[in-house]
Parts: sequence; structure tokens; C-alpha cells
Amino acid sequence: MDFYFGLIQIIGVHTLLGLSAYVILLTGQLSIAQAAFYAIGAYVSAMLTVLWGWHIVPALFAGAAMGAFFATLVGFPALRVRGLMLVIATLAFGEGVRLFFFNFDYQIQKGNVKVGPLGPEGFRQIRYFPENGWTTFDVMLFVWVFVILVMALIWWVDRSRYGAVLRAVGDDELAAQSVGINLTAVKVSAMTVGGGIAGLAGCLYAHYTTHIEHLGFGVLQSVFAVAYPIIGGMASVFGTLFAVIFVQGILVEGLRFLGDWRNLLFGALIIVAMVVRPTGFLDALMLKRFARWFALGRERA
Amino acid sequence: MLELRGLSRYFGGVRAVDALDLRVAGGEIFGLIGPNGSGKSTTVNLVTGLFAPSAGQILFEGADIAKLPTHARLAHGIARTFQNIRLFGQLTVWQNLWVAQNSAEDRARKGFFARWLGGQRDARAEILPLLEFSGLAHKQDELASNLAFGEQRRLEVARALATRPRLLLLDEPAAGMNSEEIGQLRERILKIRERGVTVLLVEHVMELVMGVTDRIAVLNFGQKIAEGTPAEIQADPLVRKAYLGGEAA
Repeated sequence: MDFYFGLIQIIGVHTLLGLSAYVILLTGQLSIAQAAFYAIGAYVSAMLTVLWGWHIVPALFAGAAMGAFFATLVGFPALRVRGLMLVIATLAFGEGVRLFFFNFDYQIQKGNVKVGPLGPEGFRQIRYFPENGWTTFDVMLFVWVFVILVMALIWWVDRSRYGAVLRAVGDDELAAQSVGINLTAVKVSAMTVGGGIAGLAGCLYAHYTTHIEHLGFGVLQSVFAVAYPIIGGMASVFGTLFAVIFVQGILVEGLRFLGDWRNLLFGALIIVAMVVRPTGFLDALMLKRFARWFALGRERA
Repeated sequence: MLELRGLSRYFGGVRAVDALDLRVAGGEIFGLIGPNGSGKSTTVNLVTGLFAPSAGQILFEGADIAKLPTHARLAHGIARTFQNIRLFGQLTVWQNLWVAQNSAEDRARKGFFARWLGGQRDARAEILPLLEFSGLAHKQDELASNLAFGEQRRLEVARALATRPRLLLLDEPAAGMNSEEIGQLRERILKIRERGVTVLLVEHVMELVMGVTDRIAVLNFGQKIAEGTPAEIQADPLVRKAYLGGEAA
């Protein structure tokens, strides 16, 4: 059973990672730096709980705040460039952060062992959950509390004027400027929110996996982060959730019995999914259809 | 209201707008005409801030706005439409107006959170009269990209009005319209003026310009070659030459 709880944790954290990219994608920006904010959140919160004995909840918020802070810093210069240049700039930042953690040593003596990040070895023994007697099931619930909170938050933002403004900027920057929208403020704020969510995901990841190292925060993670909302469809946050379940639940775990053939089929299935649903699993049309079914059901009842 | 002093914009060696002086009075419908490539759209882009001027001043209600970014000029009360319609296609009709509520009045009236994170209910009530004015109330939940061409043009004007402008720049609003639609557009422009909005109309379609404007300036190769009432402009030999390319009649 723990295997499934573990899988549900992974789905939860990857959903957060996907949502962090979703917010930024709404403004039409493609950021390949999400893994960097994810790494910052992971390292910061793990250091707080392991080295300085913080409780997990303030450590989570601190990690998310650091992710948001660095995203703002990257946002200002990076958003002066657009399109492909932004992809390159955020890619460079992401790799820079990964290499920073590759070289980052900060260990202190605790009892008779040294704990803390140790360069390429990574950061071992992030044992907050086992030390405090949390079971895998407890951790899974904890992760999903935050997943549901963040999903609800973004779902609500999507219906606010701010959400409409994000999409307006994504649609046509020139027109958005011409109706009085401050492009820099909107894009940097989206980047900040995205960075905060990625930082939060990193905190949760660091604590359930107990061992983090720079390899877990490479370009591939950033690509996954933007792939989820794109595969899932940008019409709603649920698209991202479906895409994560499809990729992590069905493709990665469900096809494990295929052995070496899995990776081949994995790529092929993603391509098939995109051909079948070019605007993502959940597009505006699909949502409308759901809404109609829902309305019909209510009328009959 | 709007005054351009020696306004110039060069693209490499091309003088798209060359030392243009122009004065639009409050409450006026002012026409800006000229052959293709004469600098009309460049002038609109300079006034709204999409291009920085190479030289000259742009005075709006006495203040020089030439250095302000585009979104800040809107807060001063300058709105525009585009020659090739630019709507927010993935937003619905009413949301297109919702995101445009960025005027100084809107900022002052509502708190930060109400303005950004507020829900749709109050906003809809505010927006509905504008949609009715544009004949789009029955389509408010339609995606903007699904509208017919004429409806898209009307929505773009409505979106500009949602920013509560004092000066509205219309960049070729009659392009692609038939004569009946032009008649309706003419009525709508007159009604916009009744709302207290000054209109700068950039247009090719003479049927509209001559019928609706108070005064007209004519551009050719970035320079103003004539200015006056529609009747004066129609009689001007230089204008005829610029348009017909032949000898002045």
C-alpha cells in the first residue's frame, strides 16, 4: 500500500510543479527555470528542519518565500527579453542554480554525525517525517492538503480579474499595454507566484524523499514542469492534474512491466496524446461540455 | 487637448513622421488622412507610446507625455483601437472589457484587492451598458475569437471605451466595412463624442471621414500638407495631387 501512497505523493508534488509553470504560461512566457525554484525551496526548507530544528510548516513557507523571491529577481531582467530569449535566459539560470548546489557544502555536527548539504553527494538524512513518527499515509495527506490549497487558489485567481489579465497578456501583449496593463508588473507577479509554488513543491519533495541532490533538479524537471500544463490544457488547473496522473501514474508506473521498452512507449504515448488532443486534455470546449452535462444532471434531479 | 510639436520619427533614413505639428481641441472629431505610408499609423503609435519619438513633444492637456510608457498614457485618458483588430481571443466578450478597466477613476474608486481579485458579479453590471451601446450584450459570454468581423471591430471600440478615455484614437475603423456598416459606425462615433470623448480618426474611407469630422489634417510622406474643414480639404489642390498623383486640378 505504501507504494501507492508514495505514488500519490509524487503525483501531488509534480502537480504543484506543473501549476507553478501554468501560472507563468498564462502570460505567454515559457520559463525553463522551474526546477531552480524547486531546488531552492527543497534545500532551504530541508536546512531549516534538519540543521536548525524548525517545524515543517514554517519551513515550507520559508522555502516557498525563497522560491518566490528568486523568481522575482529572475523575472525583472529575464522578462525584458521574450520568446526564445527568455527560454535561454531561464535555462541558464536553472543550470546555474543546479551547479551552485553541486558545489554547496554546509555541514554542522549533530551528535556524532555531520548533517547538511555536501556538494555532489547531496543532502542526506532529511529525516523530519520519520523522526516525528509520520507514516507514508500521513505524509501523503500533508502533501495533498497543499496541492488542494494551491489548486483552489489558482482556480479562484483564474476567475478573478487578475486571471483574465494574465490571459490577456498571454494573448496579445501589444493590445494589453494599450488598454493600460503594466506588462512588467503582471509578468513579474506571475513569475513570483510560479516561483513560490515551485518552492513549495521543492519543500514537500525534499522531505518525503529524505535525500536530495543536484541531479534531481536538472533541465528535465523544468521540462516536465512546463509539459504538464501544455499536455493537460491551459483552460483549467485540472488539466495539469490529469496530465500528471497520465504521465506519472500511467506512463511511468503503469508501464513498468514493459522493462526497457517503457521509455520508448512513454515518448510515443506523449506524442499520441498531443496529436489526439492538440489543445490539451482539458480545453475550453471540453470544459463547456462538462458544464452542460453537469447542468443536465441537475435539471433531471 | 492633444498637441504635437515638431513630432518626428525616423526609421533608418526614412522619415515616417517629419516635424508634425498638430492641435486637437477637446470635444472635436479630428480626421487624419493621407495615402498609404504617409505616417498616419506611426502618429497613432507615437501618441500611444508604442514607438518613442525621434524628436518633438507630445502634449496632452498641457503635460508632455512623450516619455511615459504606453500603459501610463492610458491612465491619463488616451485609448486606441488597432488597424488590424487585436482582441484577446481566449477571453470572452465581456472579459475583454473587464481587463481594460485600468483608468485612473477605476483605480481611485476600488481598492487594490477589489480591483484585481474581485469577482465578476459587480464588474458585469458595470460593463453591460457598454456592451449594449456596442450591440454586443447578447454575445457577452461568447469567446472574442468567435465573433464576426464587424462585431470584433465594435468590441475593440467598446474595449477602448471601457478604459474611460478622454481621447480616443481610431485607427482605420472602417476598413473592410460595407456602406451600411459605415453608416452605423458614423452614428456610433457621433455618440462617442456625446459621451465627452474627443476622437482622432485615422481613416482611408472618405465617405466616413468627410461625413463625421470637424477638422481634417492631411499627411503625405510624414509631413502635414493641409489642414481644415472637410469642405476646405476637398477643395485643396495639394491634397488632390497627393491622392490622385497627377497634376492639381
